[in-house]
Amino acid sequence: MISIVGGAIIGIAVSLMLLFNGRVTGISGIVGGLLPAKSNDFNWRATFILGLLAGGFILQFVLPEAFEIKSSAQTIDYIIAGLLVGFGTLLGNGCTSGHGVCGISRFSTRSIMSTVTFISFGVLSVLLFKFIRGGL
Amino acid sequence: MRALISFIVGLIFSVGLVFGGMTQVHVVRGFLDFFGQWNLALMGVMIGAIGVHSVLYFLIRKRKTPMLDTHFHVPTRKDVDPRLLAGAALFGLGWGWAGICPGPGIVAAASGQTPFLIFIAAMIAGMGLFKLIEKKLG
Repeated sequence: MISIVGGAIIGIAVSLMLLFNGRVTGISGIVGGLLPAKSNDFNWRATFILGLLAGGFILQFVLPEAFEIKSSAQTIDYIIAGLLVGFGTLLGNGCTSGHGVCGISRFSTRSIMSTVTFISFGVLSVLLFKFIRGGL
Repeated sequence: MRALISFIVGLIFSVGLVFGGMTQVHVVRGFLDFFGQWNLALMGVMIGAIGVHSVLYFLIRKRKTPMLDTHFHVPTRKDVDPRLLAGAALFGLGWGWAGICPGPGIVAAASGQTPFLIFIAAMIAGMGLFKLIEKKLG
């Protein structure tokens, strides 16, 4: 149940963001807000992403197995997926972190509806992928 | 100071994502594979994160302001509009297709592996595309 511990760490991180900066830790919103960034809004967004990158860089040496890619997906699949994720998260105002964690935690109806929708379509997508490619 | 807090939050967040298995595409897609070998790990991440934050959220919101800003930047909209659902649907399709969502994608891209770098480049392009047509959507 290490995943619950991971989740709790995420819960602490987003709570610190709210307590100090008063911000929702929604990754897609934070990245999207940099394109283009308002001048007074750039720093906290950029340093947050730097924090994610620094963490990832260090953790790949501590837990290399957590970065292994076990998938039959091809380059074209990562391009399609990235485009859908980028466009969809800005259209729908959030992703797994902003809606799935922060929004559900404050019992937001929009976030609950969003999360139910993206999980349902995620299930559909995996089903489609398996059907078309014959496996994950 | 706000920027420093953001950096630290980003660091802690990345640890949570990695421990939670979110940087492993087979774990994420395993969770979405309801009709295959269902992997419940992601449910644990959601339960842990929401369990902690739902309590701390309401404690923190008892304050009039955050510690380093004049007000809370928390969305207040309540209407469920087609745009919200269409966006979530497109996001879900992309999420399941590769097994990557924005946070884990950025964290994993730091390992320099090509699939993650391609995903993040395409994600930023998708966001740019949205910004270009956003005004037409009204």
